[in-house]
Amino acid sequence: MTPLLTTKGLSRNFGGLRAVDSVDFTLMPGEIRAVIGPNGAGKTTFASLVSGRIQPSSGMIVFDGADITGLPAYVRVRQGIAYTFQITSVFANLTAYDNVALPVQRTLSDGRSKGAVQAGVMAALERTGLADRAHMPAGQLSYGHQRLLEVAMGLALKPRLLILDEPTQGLADSEIDNFITLVREIAASATVLLIEHNMPVVMQLADRITVFNAGKILAEGTPEAIRENAAVQQAYLGTAP
Amino acid sequence: MSEASPAKAYGLHLGAIALLFVLSFLLPEYYHGLLARIMVLAVFAMGYNMLFGYVGLLSLGHAMFFAAGLYGAGLAVIQLGWSVPAAFAAGLGCGVVLSLVIGLLALRTSGVAFMIVTMMFAQVFYLIILYFSSWTGGDQGMVVPQPARVLAFGATSLDLTNPTVRYMSALGLFSLVLLITLALVRSRYGRVLVAIRENEERTKMLGYDTFSNKLAAVVISGIVCAASGAAYALLFGYVGSSFASVQYSILPLLWVLLGGAATTLGPLIGTLFMYYVIDITSGYTSAYLLIVGIALILLVLFLPKGILGSMRQRWLGWLP
Repeated sequence: MTPLLTTKGLSRNFGGLRAVDSVDFTLMPGEIRAVIGPNGAGKTTFASLVSGRIQPSSGMIVFDGADITGLPAYVRVRQGIAYTFQITSVFANLTAYDNVALPVQRTLSDGRSKGAVQAGVMAALERTGLADRAHMPAGQLSYGHQRLLEVAMGLALKPRLLILDEPTQGLADSEIDNFITLVREIAASATVLLIEHNMPVVMQLADRITVFNAGKILAEGTPEAIRENAAVQQAYLGTAP
Repeated sequence: MSEASPAKAYGLHLGAIALLFVLSFLLPEYYHGLLARIMVLAVFAMGYNMLFGYVGLLSLGHAMFFAAGLYGAGLAVIQLGWSVPAAFAAGLGCGVVLSLVIGLLALRTSGVAFMIVTMMFAQVFYLIILYFSSWTGGDQGMVVPQPARVLAFGATSLDLTNPTVRYMSALGLFSLVLLITLALVRSRYGRVLVAIRENEERTKMLGYDTFSNKLAAVVISGIVCAASGAAYALLFGYVGSSFASVQYSILPLLWVLLGGAATTLGPLIGTLFMYYVIDITSGYTSAYLLIVGIALILLVLFLPKGILGSMRQRWLGWLP
């Protein structure tokens, strides 16, 4: 099977800091892959490089067999890479409906039919449990609902690769349970790259885990293997070897 | 903005057009002529609002688009002897070309830089008009001769200098642009424009090429402003460089802010309000600009979203 996403020697410098340092990364279709690591390990920078929000200093990104390193972000989105933001950035002054209508209307190949937008929007809102709040301004939704709206917008893009950047940050425990169910559903039709701090969520969801530290991949493996890995424990806890 | 209440919105706009139609038969001569002028300038304001209100791009150079239409149509009649429809089309054509070029260059910037760049381009345009004064009449301007301002349909003809014909022509253009604006802002494209205004970065990450969308908005705005300028030249018969000066870049901004940015009827309300305040106060005192200034300050303090914008915020959430 060909990988969905591959990076080769991917690097990004911010001044003297190598935020991402020659990362070779491979993601297979259908996987739920978690990316974890201490603060400042380069997880979000890595996700931004893949989504095209920032350009790499060197290296190469291959998506579904094609080199996408030089493509602008919006073209990557059209090819199926969706990114949900770490800091909630829904359109606060637009209704939840309009927020989701934006990605829905773009993915419709048939540009005319108004019913198709309506149906697509309501489907995405229902999947995230926001249907009854469709006509509220997004800025008036609770924080947890705004995070869900963010996911609904990602879903509406019908992505092949959905990058979730710290999606459970600031969610209540009850909301997290619903969220785990939601990600499992999403994974049935898309590959998920999950950047997450919440270890119980990661352990429940991930097929494999990639650990970043200081811009490099420190370890990669199944949740059990990562749990036992001494180098990972050291990076997180700072214990002497 | 939402899918709801299309009947209400279209009803309101058709009602406004009907009211303006009826006013043509009720207003005394002086106000009749003034309102025709206001409607043409409100089209200018609507073009400005398209970019400023909906896309959030603050241009300080829109006088050049108005002047492109004004001179495009005016020079076509005066120097080339073209007919009225051909001259109007020439005005629109100038608006398209100019806004496309300016858009491609100015949209590389944003925010304050965009304001400065558009202002500088408008200044260049203004100076070009003055430089070629043998063609353009320089700061004296030119009068479009009365015999040329006739719209001929075979045997019958419409004299654009006749007050009623002039009023109805202005109303026709105004209504057309108003309904197009309404349809546009309620469309999917309108939703994308507002999304760009609210958060351009996020819009990109939903797969939108924001540059192309913004460029299209600049061109639409440019065409509408040029239509206003071309109509002004043909209906009121004067083409002058003062319309390309920085003052005419600021005025549409003021009209739109007064009436309410990102409201479809706001530009008309703002233009109307400003003209009538000037008209009424100048009857009492020569220091009328002082009163206009105070009125503006009061509006900014108490109705920061403009007249219609504040009404929408407080009572009429459905207002487009």
